[in-house]
Amino acid sequence: MTERRQETLISSVLLAAVFVVTLLPFASLFTTALHTSGTYPTGLSWPKHPQWHNFVDAFHAADMGAIFLSSTSIVLGVVPVAIVLATLAGFALGHLRPRGGRAAFAVFLAGLTLPLEGVIVPLYYEIRDFHLLNTRFAIILPLIGLYMPFAVYWMRAHFLAMPNELSEAARIDGATTWQLFWRIHLPLARPAVTALGILLTIWTWNQFLLAIVLVDDPKKRTMAGALGAFQGQWGTNIPLLAAGALLILTPMLIVFLIFQRNFVVALLQGSVKG
Amino acid sequence: MIQAVNTATDSAPRRALTTRARHRPSHLGWLFLIPALSVYGIFVLWPILQTIRYSFYSWDGVDKPQWAGLRNFRAVFTDPQLTSTLVHVAELILFFTVIPVGLGLVLAAIMQRVTSRRVTSVARAVLILPQIVPLVAAGIAWSWVLSSSGVVNQVLQAIGLRHITRAWLGDFTTALPSVGLIGAWVLLGLCTVLLSVGMGKIDASLYEAAVLDGAGRIREFFAVTLPSLRNEIAVCVTVTMISALSAFDIVYITTQGGPGNATMVPGLKVYQLAFFNRQVGLASALALVLMVIVILCIMPVQSLSRRSGDE
Repeated sequence: MTERRQETLISSVLLAAVFVVTLLPFASLFTTALHTSGTYPTGLSWPKHPQWHNFVDAFHAADMGAIFLSSTSIVLGVVPVAIVLATLAGFALGHLRPRGGRAAFAVFLAGLTLPLEGVIVPLYYEIRDFHLLNTRFAIILPLIGLYMPFAVYWMRAHFLAMPNELSEAARIDGATTWQLFWRIHLPLARPAVTALGILLTIWTWNQFLLAIVLVDDPKKRTMAGALGAFQGQWGTNIPLLAAGALLILTPMLIVFLIFQRNFVVALLQGSVKG
Repeated sequence: MIQAVNTATDSAPRRALTTRARHRPSHLGWLFLIPALSVYGIFVLWPILQTIRYSFYSWDGVDKPQWAGLRNFRAVFTDPQLTSTLVHVAELILFFTVIPVGLGLVLAAIMQRVTSRRVTSVARAVLILPQIVPLVAAGIAWSWVLSSSGVVNQVLQAIGLRHITRAWLGDFTTALPSVGLIGAWVLLGLCTVLLSVGMGKIDASLYEAAVLDGAGRIREFFAVTLPSLRNEIAVCVTVTMISALSAFDIVYITTQGGPGNATMVPGLKVYQLAFFNRQVGLASALALVLMVIVILCIMPVQSLSRRSGDE
């Protein structure tokens, strides 16, 4: 019995240590953000006079409102389109299975592990030739393409797992392929689509490399990309930088806290299937 | 028994595989496929082909490209500035993959045994947090934690280790391991949660059998837990290796590849070569080598997990 208690104690301590280490950077960022702007405080120390207005200053310095709108419009440009395209393709590969579909699937799979750095150079020249550099489309369009391997793989897996009796019954009732898709399969695909939407939203919001290469103006970037520019500009003013970094990760944090369970489930399924 | 668990998870898609193919409206399927294939083709496949093409040229991005043959590739494998990026990335794999998977296994085993359900769900939420925040924000936070007046040095000073305090990301010997530890921080939670979900699915009778055979905790772990988790481990290794090989955001924010060349990784080098040094051909050759390395690293892991599924 005592041995078990000892084991429990050690386990709890280890678990607590991991918690502390996970949360430590955020705590340090928070206390630093409250120090007087322009000073060089110690890592984790509570200031005598917390400077809450640092957050307001950082908000204005980074033009946070504009960045937030920009990031939101990029997400709105990417996620719904990517979901529609992937659902159609997933339905084709998982259910309709046209001749040559296997080859098409293999082509998608080939892109599943592609590092973005592998295509970023030609992507720059391609976007330049489309005259889209420094517009939000420079981020939106490539991201839709880059998400296809994972998104199609994801939706195909969903449609594959659907029982075939369902479609047969609908066919006997005279449903066309489109009706079968729209009336029967799409409503049932909602959980898969929700999870995919969550994943694509996180990835888009946090996209960095595309933003810094293809868009110069931070106000037309994603949140992550704008933070990169903010660091370049205010890197020497540690409290202000800390406040800015915290502000930039807040929106996603709030959404995470609200939809916590969905997030965890989506991330888990996402990596298992990916 | 273990095999039974594996095949059980596989049976659903298999059933779908045998009963479909009764009617295949063949051309219609392609109509559903074409939109996705076109964006994928324009923004992924075409750029991949271009990367391959550029890598055989010497090009500054403006003037006419000059044929360079294999010169760019020779540089990737002989120029110390470039070969070192490949060495660094190999070292990063140790941190990004080995720590999260190893420590993740231990933590998952602990969460399995001690904690109540409520603690487990809170633990999952906290551990998954680094996956939600942008790597850029994590990078800024960590460069502050590891700075000369950061928390790490604060703690070291408090426990009497003042003499080893330093600017961890600015020191030639500690910069790369520090970047590696940041990556481990990002990925540990994901691996832990993935593995603990996997452990939850292991058939309890396997453990009962092990106990009847007189196995202790440790033997039980190696005889039952580890083999049952083969697929989950393969997933963790794949995900973490890809993020080590394509590391960019964290390095860009924390060190810019420095001090000197100490933390330069292929992803950042491609970016610098192409957009600052105007050596587009060389950048493309390095990018191509990186893509091939990713595939070479992932393939054995994938075939390992697939084999275990077919047994």
